[in-house]
Amino acid sequence: MSGPSTYEPKTGFTRWMDQRLPIIRLGYDSFVDFPTPRNLNYWWTFGGILAIFLVIQIISGIVLAMHYVPHESMAFESLERIRRDVKFGWLIQSMHANGASFFFVAVYIHMFRGLYYGSYKAPREILWILGVVIYLLMMATGFMGYVLPWGQMSYWGAMVITNLIGALPFIGDAIREWLWGGFSVGQATLSRFFSLHYLLPFVIAAVVALHIWALHVPGNGNPVGIEPKSKKDTLPFHPFYTVKDGFAIIVYLIVFAAFVFFLPNVLGHADNFIPADPLSTPAHIVPEWYYLPFYAILRAITFDIGPIDAKLGGVIAMFGAILILFVLPWLDTSKVRSMRFRPVTRVFFILFVLACLGLGWCGAKNPDDLVFAIGHDAEGVATGFKFVWFAQLLTFYYFAYFLIVLPVMGLIEKPLDRPASIEAAVLGTAKA
Amino acid sequence: MKMTRIFVAALAALGLSGLAWAASSGQRAPEHHHWHNAGPFGTFDREAVQRGLQIYQEVCASCHSLDLIKFRNLGETGGPFESAEFPNANDNPIVMQIAAGYMIEDGPDDAGDMFERPGLPSDAFPSPFANPQQARGSNGGALPPDLSLIVKARSHGADYVRSLLLGYDEEVPEDVHVAAGQHYNPYFPGGLLAMASPLSEGIVTYSDGTEATMEQMSEDIVTFLTWAADPHMEARKQMGVMVLLYLFIFAILVYIAYRQIWANVKH
Ligand code: HEC
Ligand code: HEM
Repeated sequence: MSGPSTYEPKTGFTRWMDQRLPIIRLGYDSFVDFPTPRNLNYWWTFGGILAIFLVIQIISGIVLAMHYVPHESMAFESLERIRRDVKFGWLIQSMHANGASFFFVAVYIHMFRGLYYGSYKAPREILWILGVVIYLLMMATGFMGYVLPWGQMSYWGAMVITNLIGALPFIGDAIREWLWGGFSVGQATLSRFFSLHYLLPFVIAAVVALHIWALHVPGNGNPVGIEPKSKKDTLPFHPFYTVKDGFAIIVYLIVFAAFVFFLPNVLGHADNFIPADPLSTPAHIVPEWYYLPFYAILRAITFDIGPIDAKLGGVIAMFGAILILFVLPWLDTSKVRSMRFRPVTRVFFILFVLACLGLGWCGAKNPDDLVFAIGHDAEGVATGFKFVWFAQLLTFYYFAYFLIVLPVMGLIEKPLDRPASIEAAVLGTAKA
Repeated sequence: MKMTRIFVAALAALGLSGLAWAASSGQRAPEHHHWHNAGPFGTFDREAVQRGLQIYQEVCASCHSLDLIKFRNLGETGGPFESAEFPNANDNPIVMQIAAGYMIEDGPDDAGDMFERPGLPSDAFPSPFANPQQARGSNGGALPPDLSLIVKARSHGADYVRSLLLGYDEEVPEDVHVAAGQHYNPYFPGGLLAMASPLSEGIVTYSDGTEATMEQMSEDIVTFLTWAADPHMEARKQMGVMVLLYLFIFAILVYIAYRQIWANVKH
């Protein structure tokens, strides 16, 4: 909630500065005196956590790039040299690789927070859409980063994903070759992925700046979803939320450090410690964990839909699963933001979270493996409920949540009584 | 509160899906072994790494390269011959002696010819074969992989390599046909590999007098390979303990500050 500025320059220099470039005023109004709802819970600390991780990724990445060699026959070894011979290279490498995972954990929590508390609704649609743009950029950055070590999973993951583009009718092959810079994933691909992997984080940083700008116009939402009405509803950002965010950031860093120092490779895949070999395909090609739900959606479409063959259908479903987030603010017809007051939709929301986790599980599995077995066939092979069917079920629910549940429930659900104001909610004069 | 519980459940689910990757089909799961270097405080058993080095040199090195290890690494912090007396591993006499035991191709010299000279601490372990084609040619078409990263390049790598080395005694199942040059081992994906059991009781005579049983040798070589895959493991864990301690104290202080600042604010 941006109001009139309360900043008063106190020294000669700050007064001089304020009349020329009021950047201190901007900082003060945005991060010191910014009126913030007094009832934010810990789910609102993840934005700050994300900002910290963006910085961690950029700084560790710049150091890695000083030693990394983007060459087919040297990339793998150059990373080992970083781990072994560069002073604290093992630390920087581990921070960057695990940092990507922790960045995604945080962004998923941040997004689910938005879905639960209806943060995407008016007047925060642009804020939400900028978030989805950031998310897409993060996916692209993470994907290209994973290719750089030029291990088996790097190479074959890149092959599988770029081949998806080939599914587009007519122009698919041409685009794929253009992406590769040749007739296969190779040196040209590696060079351009490195270049873009270095570039995109700065684009993300720029979009984050817009994101925060768009946040500071309407101000933060809050768990009850009622806009602040008086000064009693808000607190200045500093010191109240600097200290709360600070605490959450440190707790998150503790979990992060546990992985960086004690489990540096568990989030990765063993095959990526084998140098890329175009002649030998790994038994199971799996992407990084944070893409698994979308990978499951991609593979769930095993049937042709009219003129669209299964492969193209999978690609459309996969991209659709992300792109649908862009129009979410207009799919949800409810005027009530927070799921706290939407008892039925809230159950659908919890199912939605479970569906996303379930899709992640399917993405890690072979589609023909069984979720559970029911009996045997004539040859004694176990039969039962296959992962691909489970993925189809969950994919259906994923889309139904956006296309059926949210539009319909907004019209038919009777929300619970809401408190008159944040202050009333906090003081318990009405049930929250 | 409810959301917190969902969060914890979600994290747990993520953890599980991570583990689920490791379980692949067909092959027998490696036997779990307790390693000296396991756990947050686990360190390398120096003697075991030294014995493992001996096995590598005397057995595995005739087929497998160890490209990423330089002789100096043996004397560096965390290495088997680390010594307070020689902070610069290049001066460590044991390291120099091991290096000098190898002839390394160098050059070209002033006349343009390649020549051989004794190894230096800065050299890497030389490969047994000039190129992959030669390696395949000598091994019935199969390529013996470089061992520097083998422990990281297989899931549950240490347990896997140990089980593989000990897994040759198994009865061949009836439906498995073992072609010439193939060997049955249930821990290998598919069950058939081109490497015959490289170890046999007493194949090495340990210089420290330890009895060279199959169990002992496979534990030692794997300990050596674990070190080779992750030579900074000890430094990493030591720093991790300090960093966690620091962050815990920091978290407590910030939490106290948080309680203080919010003490009179209803929220
Ligand atoms: C006579 C040559 C020879 C010797 C000696 C030898 N190996 Fe091998 N090794 C091979 C070959 C060939 C392969 C490839 C097997 C295949 O892919 O079928 C192999 C494969 C391996 C693998 C990889 C299995 C996998 O999962 O792909 C490991 C681990 C291994 N050897 C460890 C060792 C160790 C440890 C020693 C020393 C104790 C050793 N080898 C000695 C020839 C040898
Ligand atoms: C680099 C990644 C990102 C950073 C650094 C970031 C940063 C922030 C910050 C600091 C806030 C305010 C504090 C908070 O509410 O947690 C915020 C709010 C918000 N973000 Fe993000 N964000 C990122 C990605 C995303 C993504 C991917 C989305 C959605 C797709 C998103 C959607 C939102 C929304 C809707 C809000 C407003 C929440 C509310 O106030 O109710 N953000 N973001």
